[in-house]
Amino acid sequence: MRQQKIIVVGNGMVGHKFIDNLIQHPDYAQYQILTFSEEPRLAYDRVKLSSYFSGSTVDDLMLTSSDYYDEHGVQFIVNDKVTDIDKAAKQITTASGRVESYDKLVLATGSFPFVPPIPGKDSPHCLVYRTIEDLEAITASAAESKVGVVVGGGLLGLECANALHELKLEAHVVEFAPRLMAVQLDEGGGNVLSRKIQALGVSVHCEKNTKEIVAGETLRYRMNFADGSHLETDMIVFSAGIRPQDELARQFDLTIGERGGIVIDDNCLTSDPNIYAVGECALWQNRIFGLVAPGYTMAKAAVSHLTGGDVLFQGADMSTKLKLLGVDVASIGDAHAQSPGALTYTYMNDVEGIYKRIVVNPEKTQLLGAVLIGDTEAYGNLLTMTLESMPLPEQPEILILPALDGAPSAALGVNALPDTAQICSCHDVTKGDLVCAIQDGATDLGSLKSCSKAGTGCGGCTAMVGQVLNAELEKMGVEVNDHLCSHFAYSRQELYDIIRSKQIKTFDALLAEYGEGSGCMVCKPAIGSILATHWNEYVLSDDHIQLQDTNDIFLANMQRDGTYSVVPRIAAGEITPKQLIALGQIGEKYDLYTKITGGQRIDFFGAQLHELPPIWDELIAAGFETGHAYGKSLRTVKSCVGSTWCRFGMMDSVTMAVNLEMRYKGLRSPHKLKMGVSGCTRECAEAQGKDIGIIATDKGWNLYVCGNGGMKPRHADLFASDLDDATLIQYIDRILMFYCRTADRLQRTSVWMDNMEGGLDYLKSVIIDDKLAIGSDLEQDMARVVDTYECEWKKTLNSPERLKRFAHFINSPATDDSLVYEADRGQNKARIATPVTEDIIETVTVD
Amino acid sequence: MQPLNWTTVCDLDDIAPNTGVCALFEEQQVAIFRIGKTEQLYAIDNVDPFGKASVLSRGLIGDCDGDIVVASPLYKQQFKLKNGQCIEDESVKLKTFAIRAHGGQIQLGLPH
Repeated sequence: MRQQKIIVVGNGMVGHKFIDNLIQHPDYAQYQILTFSEEPRLAYDRVKLSSYFSGSTVDDLMLTSSDYYDEHGVQFIVNDKVTDIDKAAKQITTASGRVESYDKLVLATGSFPFVPPIPGKDSPHCLVYRTIEDLEAITASAAESKVGVVVGGGLLGLECANALHELKLEAHVVEFAPRLMAVQLDEGGGNVLSRKIQALGVSVHCEKNTKEIVAGETLRYRMNFADGSHLETDMIVFSAGIRPQDELARQFDLTIGERGGIVIDDNCLTSDPNIYAVGECALWQNRIFGLVAPGYTMAKAAVSHLTGGDVLFQGADMSTKLKLLGVDVASIGDAHAQSPGALTYTYMNDVEGIYKRIVVNPEKTQLLGAVLIGDTEAYGNLLTMTLESMPLPEQPEILILPALDGAPSAALGVNALPDTAQICSCHDVTKGDLVCAIQDGATDLGSLKSCSKAGTGCGGCTAMVGQVLNAELEKMGVEVNDHLCSHFAYSRQELYDIIRSKQIKTFDALLAEYGEGSGCMVCKPAIGSILATHWNEYVLSDDHIQLQDTNDIFLANMQRDGTYSVVPRIAAGEITPKQLIALGQIGEKYDLYTKITGGQRIDFFGAQLHELPPIWDELIAAGFETGHAYGKSLRTVKSCVGSTWCRFGMMDSVTMAVNLEMRYKGLRSPHKLKMGVSGCTRECAEAQGKDIGIIATDKGWNLYVCGNGGMKPRHADLFASDLDDATLIQYIDRILMFYCRTADRLQRTSVWMDNMEGGLDYLKSVIIDDKLAIGSDLEQDMARVVDTYECEWKKTLNSPERLKRFAHFINSPATDDSLVYEADRGQNKARIATPVTEDIIETVTVD
Repeated sequence: MQPLNWTTVCDLDDIAPNTGVCALFEEQQVAIFRIGKTEQLYAIDNVDPFGKASVLSRGLIGDCDGDIVVASPLYKQQFKLKNGQCIEDESVKLKTFAIRAHGGQIQLGLPH
């Protein structure tokens, strides 16, 4: 059968979504896709555009790649624009003269920023905010400016103002309407938002109609307003709304709405049965949808129609929740109370800058809409209640009143939701989808999010996803508790708090007061780790030795035959030739299989128990100290060579890596910790795959958190940009100690982050804004660990009592005669490999 | 009960509370465990039947539904100290040895 040729004009978010949906369709083999982009690159995430100013790179924003398209046989042409459609011949022509035939054409041309017809609008430094190229122009202009004005106080305008603010400009917002975000917010909400934003240093000027832009007296330009006032500025960004990019359709006689937009039906078909339109260029029932979620729904409907399915586009909810300049803002449904007879309830807290309003029907039985500023926790619940027309509580105001101490939460339980209720609007995941995933085994928040994609878009629904999970587990009869094990009816975090606040220093004391039985292989190492993090006492002392697991108990890594591997610390991978020779001599003397690790250090294998003390005697004499390869603790800080040698290095990554490794060495944590420091964005140290990653820029250090390689790779999140040394270390101190206090046992930072309610923004609020007022406390705890560091091997060698344990037999100098080795690839000691046939419960890796 | 021949292998104080050591006894490797600071002692075969290495004396001691167990340091299977029974695999049971504390010393016993 001949493949149908589909041409997609425009490779923006929605154009790509259409392609991706078709690729995922079982009948994809019947189609051949060609897509054009007039921009120089494939689809990227315009919703997160502003993160470009806080350090994200173009790569971070990309939604697809040429590799992905190649892999699925999608042809793509960038930097070329479709200029002609021959509907009868079903052919298009591009600016470069290329002619292509289609069976079906998809217009996903998006929108363009509306620039009001103001005299002077085309002057230099008068810009718009839509593409990556626009951002580059704004950055360049900002470098030559002190003051910047954004015309337009809508969603995008405020994001743009935030960008100018972050570029260290004095930022102003000029809005024609009497309030900010006039489309989404009512007057009260707009006012509270305005006040909060002004408090952050962005000036807001409402009800200003710009008449002209002329040369300024003190700055580059002066904007003269209709009311006679004026404002001087160096640069202007227009963000006064969007207009559908319908030029092509207009030229070639597709039906266009009165005020623009390509008219589509419920199947996203235009007036030509072979042409679809999706996204912001499309007009459905006289409405343009300027958000990405409705665009995605259109893409879904168009693919469905093309492939013979029955999914229709039937409008979309335009509710939004976002953070603007650090202020939480949400708008749901009929936020303006325009429905006939609508009633409202308002909660206003001027002290904390919180404004909440709900709109209900005249019978007070149904929620119609809401506005939330400063506290959007209720968003998920309120949105679902609105969309699902759920019955209101008798006193609707409890939905927005703050919970007083001890009072139960007013939110309705998720059990009341029907299975069809949409929980994640970014990825269109319903409660039913979540329930299925949970029943199929996704029984923790992290795996539920990764398999259903719920909560991985804007993250606004994470709390709801967690509630569905808990409710479902309860129904399945799974006891939902976070108790450490049967010996302690407390979570790891609670036990950490108990140990800290009650100043408990031993496992036995904790067990006597807060536990039962005698402990097990789950709680003993976990509590040993907490005690070590908090008190940093010698782990092999009489009180603590019984808590140490396989590796810690002999300060070495047990291998499959019961022998050990030995890893001295080589901070940041920096080593002198002399030290290298010393290592070589020791390895040779004890006949140790030797390998270079992934963490830039050297690992000796095949040391028997009784050999560990003499090996360490010699290592310490040669200037080495323990590398903690055996501990759930900091392993290595990997570094590239940085500005000391590299032609591209922006900063001295090696010195930073050595300093970090020396600072955090010995910190016992819920699981192992790895760090990386790269001297430039080429990222040779692979810092973004580490728990803590640092990349030098020309302005300072960018800090990335919670990355992981290994079994389940996770790209680290950009946490803060352009930091100086002191701030960088302050943030890392706080993050690591917060992780030690709050993570579950054996939980890497990546999973910790995936399970954190509020995610990255929450972590930032705790670490940077010090929301919980524990910042200095965390720093003090870290300072104690740093100050009390001692090399565990040095201490052990000075303790005859402990050294007694380093013998295979307590009553004989004989050694284990069951060990068998043979020579391989020039090394004497290689274990004869016998496959492990039993289920391996825990895999143990060195670095 | 049969009388036993007792052989001293080490001092009680040679074992840190709630840990184990390995003794060479009658050409066998025996794992010896001491519970807390008491004279409560156990002796089982030192060889982990799953990982096939002589390591059980280096395992972590805990309780599992009231039974005192040691978890193998290799792959964490648990064995009851009183009778060598494996918790995860009913068909696996380790050899145990008679053991006692006597005058501050630890002794392993053999039948006459």
